[in-house]
Amino acid sequence: MIPELGHYALMLAFGIALIQGTMPIVGARTNDPVLMSMAVPTALAQFAFIAIAFAALAECYVVSDFSVLNVYENSNTTMPLIYRLTSIWGNHEGSMMLWVSILAFFGALVAVFGNNLPAMLKANALGVQGWIAAAFELFILTTSNPFLRIPNAPFEGRDLNPILQDPGLAFHPPMLYLGYVGFSITFSFAIAALLEGRIDAAWARWVRPWTLIAWMCLTLGIAGGSYWSYYELGWGGFWFWDPVENASLMPWLAGTALLHSAVVMEKREALKIWTILLAILAFSLSLVGTFLVRSGVLTSVHAFAVDPSRGVFILIILLIFIGGALSLYAWRAPLLKQGGLFAPISREGALVFNNLFLVTACATVFIGTLYPLALQSLTGEKISVGPPFFDLTFGPLFIPLMIAMPFGPLMGWKRGDLVGAAQRLLAAAIVAALAMAAAFAIVRGGPVLAPLGVGVAVFVMAGAVTDIAERTMILRLPPRAAVRRAIGLPRSAWGTAAAHFGIGLTLLGIIGVTAWGSERIAEVKPGGSLQIVHYRLTFDGVTHRTGPNYQDVVGHFTVHRGSELIGVMKPSRRAFPDRGMATTEAALMSRGVSQLYVSIGDPNRDGSIPVRLYFKPYVLLIWLGAVFMFCGGALSLSDRRLRVGAPRPAKAKPPKPEPPKPPKPEPTLQPAE
Amino acid sequence: MTRRQRRLVLIGGSLGVLAIAVALMLNAFRSSIVFFNSPSDVVADHVAEGTRIRLGGLVKTGSLVRGDGLHIRFEVTDGKTEIPVRYTGVLPDLFREGQGVVAEGELDRSGVFRADTILAKHDATYMPKEVVDALKKSGHWKDEYAQRASLPVSGVSK
Repeated sequence: MIPELGHYALMLAFGIALIQGTMPIVGARTNDPVLMSMAVPTALAQFAFIAIAFAALAECYVVSDFSVLNVYENSNTTMPLIYRLTSIWGNHEGSMMLWVSILAFFGALVAVFGNNLPAMLKANALGVQGWIAAAFELFILTTSNPFLRIPNAPFEGRDLNPILQDPGLAFHPPMLYLGYVGFSITFSFAIAALLEGRIDAAWARWVRPWTLIAWMCLTLGIAGGSYWSYYELGWGGFWFWDPVENASLMPWLAGTALLHSAVVMEKREALKIWTILLAILAFSLSLVGTFLVRSGVLTSVHAFAVDPSRGVFILIILLIFIGGALSLYAWRAPLLKQGGLFAPISREGALVFNNLFLVTACATVFIGTLYPLALQSLTGEKISVGPPFFDLTFGPLFIPLMIAMPFGPLMGWKRGDLVGAAQRLLAAAIVAALAMAAAFAIVRGGPVLAPLGVGVAVFVMAGAVTDIAERTMILRLPPRAAVRRAIGLPRSAWGTAAAHFGIGLTLLGIIGVTAWGSERIAEVKPGGSLQIVHYRLTFDGVTHRTGPNYQDVVGHFTVHRGSELIGVMKPSRRAFPDRGMATTEAALMSRGVSQLYVSIGDPNRDGSIPVRLYFKPYVLLIWLGAVFMFCGGALSLSDRRLRVGAPRPAKAKPPKPEPPKPPKPEPTLQPAE
Repeated sequence: MTRRQRRLVLIGGSLGVLAIAVALMLNAFRSSIVFFNSPSDVVADHVAEGTRIRLGGLVKTGSLVRGDGLHIRFEVTDGKTEIPVRYTGVLPDLFREGQGVVAEGELDRSGVFRADTILAKHDATYMPKEVVDALKKSGHWKDEYAQRASLPVSGVSK
């Protein structure tokens, strides 16, 4: 009964989405306020029915209703409740349900919080949301129905893929989808603006909070996926330049560019057409990402079993939406009026520089990811494009972006002073040079470029600090006045600094772990020990442990530094009898921001076990940086200027006539999954 | 600065960055692309020793030998041809005899494939697309490879 209810609710949601997609847009064209006003109730109703469908599916998982094929294939009564819930999105059908649920959720948010939007813009934007929802709901209903029944219900389910039975999975896919799908709002607003043929600075102000939310979730989602693959795959890699990872990185890069160009549009009414294009691109890349992950056209280390007919369906959705949006863009964009003038050396110029490099970097990732596919369909030749390609293209494009990043916030609008900005960054440059010299002196070995990278990362961080120091005039004013200025600073200025600082942290972590990490792979017998950097690990033997639906073989290692005992590490091999699979559960020990990492293989007959032992210097900075970026985004979001529906700030402007700065996070070789 | 000059600066700058990006990519494509081969391809195309390739096929049943230390030997087959593979390290969790595998590395003088990477998978039922194609090409594809896991015995109703 419950599954049928869910299925029915899904069909109703599809029907409502069709109405949501047509009536308000027709209303906007004929200027009919009644038709336009249908946007809000249909968006809310669509969300309500999707929520019912999702709740029905969740209920099937909670009570382990194995007469539902999807539950049978992916769940098991021995799994803890939390994994029964996360298995909802641990499979194709369920993850598409999550996708449309989040889509409808965002649509409902716009409907509820969009009171200050012009009626026409709101009707068109929600209408476009309706089309996206209808397309994906039809996709679920026709090719990926999660509510299919089996006539003779089995007693026990087949269990969730063990590698996905992990707390990380509770968090990573929903965050990633919030990011992907969040860009649909920006997309809908862009299409609405094109339909109307009118766009102004207010548009950028309405869109920016949505872009920020999507960007924040995507940042955290990518970082979470990266951390998950770091500890779950057993060899401590945090980023593989794998197609599935690239699929999430591309919208992030485009979204980051969008975040920055929307600032120019909001402040200076410039870059309008470009901003619209970026809004279309960010969501298009999200769709491409969904397609790549869900169709399995590319071989990926993260690949899951897939069904080609679904790939074709998503490809059609992709072509209709991206093709349609770009055609509309080509047709209507010339109608939009050009904005203000600015000198190349200015805040606008710096943001254009940022956009240019971000989009180019995004394009190299795009080409590197899709080239094998194109080559194969054209010539039949099968190739793979791996990390070396991205290191050679993405890396060099990112360095100038990093070096330029601290300059941006220190430049004035319209006409900037490059020399002045450079003078103010002198202290940051000195700190960076010292860090570089220290890296050269302390660490022998490792790539020659690494200390230079450390210099760049420290420069970025010191630059973010300089930005705040300059704004609060902390070195020139008495402390109390400086604190007052600090409190008076717009939150978005703090957000910018935090996000930029986070980029520097992430970069530092990436450099530290790739340049100076060490690795030992060996077999040890009980009583034997392994040395890595300053640490000695002694293997004491294995014990066995039984979990709810698995059996563990646990290796016990005592860790010494010199003669001091600093702890015990217990990596394990986890066998899941229901699936006949085993996973590697690595053990991690944090030493400051560095980590010791141990994983083991299956024990041999003589009692020895294969061990992979890593020392990962500064590795935690990679994800700490992402947390900073997220917090930076949150700070900007809380800026009253951007709050949805908030009036313009009543406070007097801070003495320095520089307008509040938005977050300007730039990506590094961002970790993700 | 006039609008026109500004535009020239912008366009010039953009073209410059794009040109650099294209140059970087062409350079990277020359040096870092890895071709995928099935065992039959390796023999038919006379893949030179020392060329980095990906080798894909099934792990031949009964061929897996674990030597001293972490030295591992196995054979990759597409049903027609077998290539011996050596690898040192810990195999991925889902590595099995009779299942698909993709290894990256190079051939040595004696025709043994020295793998330095064995690609991990996330799913026991997943088989890399290249391996599926290679097996189909060699005529050793069996439908049960695809179905092995997905359907319950009792069948599915609509």
